[in-house]
Amino acid sequence: MFILITGLLLGGTYALIALGLNLQYGVARIMNLANGELLVAGGFAAFWAYTAAQVSPVAALVLVAPIAFVLNWLIYRIMLQPLVSRAKSRGALEVDSILATFGMSFALVGIMTALFGGGYFNYAYLAQPVDIFGSSYGQNRLVAFVLAAIIGLGLWLWLSYTRAGLRLRALAVNPSSARLVGIDTRAASALAFGLGGAVTAVGGALISMFFTLDASVGILFTMKALIIVIMGGVGDIRGTIVAAMILGICETAVARLIDPGLTLAAAYVLFLGVLLFRPQGLFGKKPT
Amino acid sequence: MLRRTLMTATATLALAIAGLGAASAQETIRLGAAAPQSGPLAGGAAVTHWPAVRLWVHQTNEAGGLQLANGKAMIELVEYDDQTNPQQAIQAAQRLATQDQVDFMVSPYSTGLNLAAAPIFAQLGYPQITGTAVTNQQPELAAQFPNMFFLLGRTGVMAEDTARVLVELREAGSIGNRVALVNVADAFGIEMSGISKAVLQDAGFEIVYESSYPLGTQDLAPIIDGAKSAEADAFIAWSYPGDTFALTDQAIVQGFAPSVFFTAVATAFPGYAARFGDQIEGVMGMGGVNADDPAFKAFVEAHTALAGQGPDFWASAATYATLEVLGQAIEAVGSADRAAVLTHLQDRANSYETILGPVNFNENNDNERYWTVGQWQNGVFRGVAARGRDGAVDVQLFDGWN
Repeated sequence: MFILITGLLLGGTYALIALGLNLQYGVARIMNLANGELLVAGGFAAFWAYTAAQVSPVAALVLVAPIAFVLNWLIYRIMLQPLVSRAKSRGALEVDSILATFGMSFALVGIMTALFGGGYFNYAYLAQPVDIFGSSYGQNRLVAFVLAAIIGLGLWLWLSYTRAGLRLRALAVNPSSARLVGIDTRAASALAFGLGGAVTAVGGALISMFFTLDASVGILFTMKALIIVIMGGVGDIRGTIVAAMILGICETAVARLIDPGLTLAAAYVLFLGVLLFRPQGLFGKKPT
Repeated sequence: MLRRTLMTATATLALAIAGLGAASAQETIRLGAAAPQSGPLAGGAAVTHWPAVRLWVHQTNEAGGLQLANGKAMIELVEYDDQTNPQQAIQAAQRLATQDQVDFMVSPYSTGLNLAAAPIFAQLGYPQITGTAVTNQQPELAAQFPNMFFLLGRTGVMAEDTARVLVELREAGSIGNRVALVNVADAFGIEMSGISKAVLQDAGFEIVYESSYPLGTQDLAPIIDGAKSAEADAFIAWSYPGDTFALTDQAIVQGFAPSVFFTAVATAFPGYAARFGDQIEGVMGMGGVNADDPAFKAFVEAHTALAGQGPDFWASAATYATLEVLGQAIEAVGSADRAAVLTHLQDRANSYETILGPVNFNENNDNERYWTVGQWQNGVFRGVAARGRDGAVDVQLFDGWN
């Protein structure tokens, strides 16, 4: 039971890390390597709100999300749209966007170091235990898990049952055909990228409740997010959430039953397995 | 034409005045420093390394500079970010020496980067007085790199003293025989864990839980759960900052309160106390200081005034002391003659007055007086075990998270 719950809580964290990237990569076709840095920026914002103004990280989301949305929307419009316009093929766009966002990740690390210094950031919010089935878990992790579930469910419902969501899904399936049926792909892509950025920053704000962050830690999150997005299937919210949960439970089980040193190995074995047997991801559709 | 002549004349004049200014002002000693400002160790360097280095330069210049034979010399600090990357650390040292032509260099931050930079420091002939390198290979290193000096201690001694604290507590009847031993899976964690395991087993302790986790892991609930299920009396973790915080956090959440709770790097950071408040009363960690020493108190005050944050209770003072040693060697020689300063440092008869207390180097270029184990007592991380340093206080039993 301990393994299952700890694994689910960890999976919730992973879902927060990966959902944003899935929107950005799956829909807007931008392989955003600065994803982790945006997550850390969200965490810093929450840290700052909590320490300077005693605003709880959950309440801070009300500000963090729209600001991150606008910032990411601007990043897409100013920096990435030209790449999209000039890209001849999807492959070319991927190479360009990887290079551009890789560069951006360094710039963001530099900006955050300049603003906040290179030190460690953490704070105690809801760091009390809560008992579930006889074992104790951090309340902050539980809150993050619940919010991850709400965000994931909300996104999935929105994508599945609204007109705007339908547009994004059409874009995810085939950008050029989407244009043929009258979808403004530029606006939809910018929306998806901004939304992805907002989800990532929200994830960062929630993770900062129990994770010690510093300006350069972002790349760790990017790596995890990448694995989960590929495992779950590009452009599929359900897949991302399921993959995050599987990874969380698998890592916890390996850490508790075999050896904590093997968690990374377990994650990559899982990843390799998915790549070998379901290269399109758990819920991905086979390319036609 | 006239205008050009005029401009040339003005420029020449400006240059001349500038030159005059430099000549009439004192000589400057250029001090190069390359250490992490980004990368995995940037967080540690921002607490321990950079503020201490800048503080020494600031204070030395405030006092008018270093006293040389022909007058006082101000210090000019040249900083580079080595990105926590050994290759970058080497390149930065090279660049500092050849392009910036600095007179001396501050040693890098952390054991790994110091070892990586040792060959280039030796090759370029710069003294490398380390304040953040903990290793057991000092005899070999000193033989290979006679310009390398050590202030912080040896892994073997740190691990031994940690084990000895447990032995003493057991002899006093305060704790039982069961130890949980975990470590971060890198050179530091593996070496420390290996040595402490051997010492603990020799002393008759039973290792009831043992595991390691990859660098960067912060989801450590399974480890605390494992140690808790094993009913350990003592919990020893050779951990790095991120995991030190995460292990403590999880132990509090899961109510895991053994009689000894020990985490390694960052336990002595002021941020650790800021994060956990008075819950950490009795937690033990690596290092320590004589917190009641007036010299250390003055250091804390100046550090806080300049950097806006206090020093850590371990390597900050050692980092500062490396520059005190360097400065005193330069003053003793009376010039910025690198070779002469190195010869002075290598003369074992010389000793130096630092905030750590007196420092001198043995045949392995090692200052054999250092703090090994510390404990949070009343909001201060005090040294409870040391080699050759006064002011160690008695160990208290950890009585749970308040």
